[in-house]
Amino acid sequence: MSSTAPLRRFVASFGPPVVVLVAGMLLVELYVRWANTPIYLVPRPSKVLLTLNLEREYLVAALWTTTKAALVGFGASAFSGVAIAIVLASSVWVRRALSPYTVFFQTVPIIAIAPMLSIWLAPGLKAVSACAFIVSVFPVIANTLAGLVATDPALVDLFRLYGAGRAATMFKLRFPSSLPNVFTGLRVAAGLTVIGTVVAEFLVGELGEEQGLGVVIVSASHNGHSDRVFAAVLLASALGLAMFGTVNLVGRRVLANWHASARD
Amino acid sequence: MSDASPAATPGSSVTLRGVRQVFPGGVVAVESIDLEVAAGEFVAILGPSGCGKSTLLRIIAGLDRPTAGAVTVHRPDAGRFDTAYVFQDSHLLPWRTVVSNAALPLELRGVDRARRREAATAALVKVGLGDALERYPAQLSGGMRMRVSLARAMVTDPTLLLLDEPFAALDEITRQRLDEQLRELWQSRRMTVIFVTHSTSEAVYLAERTVVLSKRPGRIVVDRTVDLPPERVAELRATAEFARETRFVYEGLERGEA
Repeated sequence: MSSTAPLRRFVASFGPPVVVLVAGMLLVELYVRWANTPIYLVPRPSKVLLTLNLEREYLVAALWTTTKAALVGFGASAFSGVAIAIVLASSVWVRRALSPYTVFFQTVPIIAIAPMLSIWLAPGLKAVSACAFIVSVFPVIANTLAGLVATDPALVDLFRLYGAGRAATMFKLRFPSSLPNVFTGLRVAAGLTVIGTVVAEFLVGELGEEQGLGVVIVSASHNGHSDRVFAAVLLASALGLAMFGTVNLVGRRVLANWHASARD
Repeated sequence: MSDASPAATPGSSVTLRGVRQVFPGGVVAVESIDLEVAAGEFVAILGPSGCGKSTLLRIIAGLDRPTAGAVTVHRPDAGRFDTAYVFQDSHLLPWRTVVSNAALPLELRGVDRARRREAATAALVKVGLGDALERYPAQLSGGMRMRVSLARAMVTDPTLLLLDEPFAALDEITRQRLDEQLRELWQSRRMTVIFVTHSTSEAVYLAERTVVLSKRPGRIVVDRTVDLPPERVAELRATAEFARETRFVYEGLERGEA
């Protein structure tokens, strides 16, 4: 029983989405064959899989380039997002003065700013990661801050009663209390960094020495290789999923003791 | 349970003079409160919901400042004084083990790891949780969590213990067991205890003295020494004396509501 349980859980969580994926691809395949859609409009899923296999060296190299930029962007978002939230939570006045500017990250049109970034930082990994960072840092700040300021007031009183200072209250109480919120922010950020990276590669990556998935998508669509476009899109989605899944897993590990069920 | 600590710290006495608390909206929570609690006394404060019982406790703890009046918590002769506060719910840190939760007050005071672990373990053994040291709050029942909360309050060996309806959310049997445990702690340590509750029987069972507040703005309507033997055992609840004492408090509550 106990040895088959993990397998059963694995099938139960991954089975349904895989079935949906296969069924969806089959439907598209049938439709495209039946309607005789030209390949530059919609590629047959089988053709996409074939391309994925035939051009795997080229595509995997592009995936690796994108992964590096996305990881750097995500790391920057996670670290500075939490740090900014801690600064904002430290005083009402700091929060009032600075929080409008954090919204900048959420509202900035990345399409407009990406070319500037590539001029400031030189095209390539740095500029692409910077875009990924800008696109993904806001949810980390917003969620972490929400957790930091919503700390149980009774516990804040308790810390006060025992003479805890600001730093002790922050790092022994507020920050650990906000961890569930931090992970909510990081989950959102994980998906956004991949989107930000690919979009940035569209705009600034072409000049770089390495070509990421965004560059592959742009040049393939210019040349009418929709199969390659979709193969690259598939890889980008897989990257996003993998990052999301990893954050989820780490979050569950970190928060395991908070919930009884996770330990039984 | 015999006293293990060599010299039980004497309690702090508390004096309130003309205490009045007005909330920002203009609501008067408590009005002209004069209260003298002797060192080592066990006082229960009762009153209808919203009468300012918790407000009074927060003022005594120094968490809130009264609008008017004076609050003094006197140092016992030993010179050290220490206030502990137990909330309505256990309010533990879910990411910490039981022993590390109980050790928190000492950690915040800068006591070294080995000494605070030793003190926390001793406090947990006293409330019957010696075998749950390394468990997490989420793995405990409500009653056990409340006992961790009690151990956390006792870990500094406080001279004044303030409790704000601490067992209200628990079932009857768990509550009575915790009442007994609290009473034992008090008998072995002799710290001053101020216990807020809205249960007349809990107040009479636990306390040496009951203070009843009126409805808002809260004023003291009854201040009475409980006329019961010092040995409080479960059977006491069934006696005529117990019923009489409970009725006095109950009548006070009724007068306060009027």
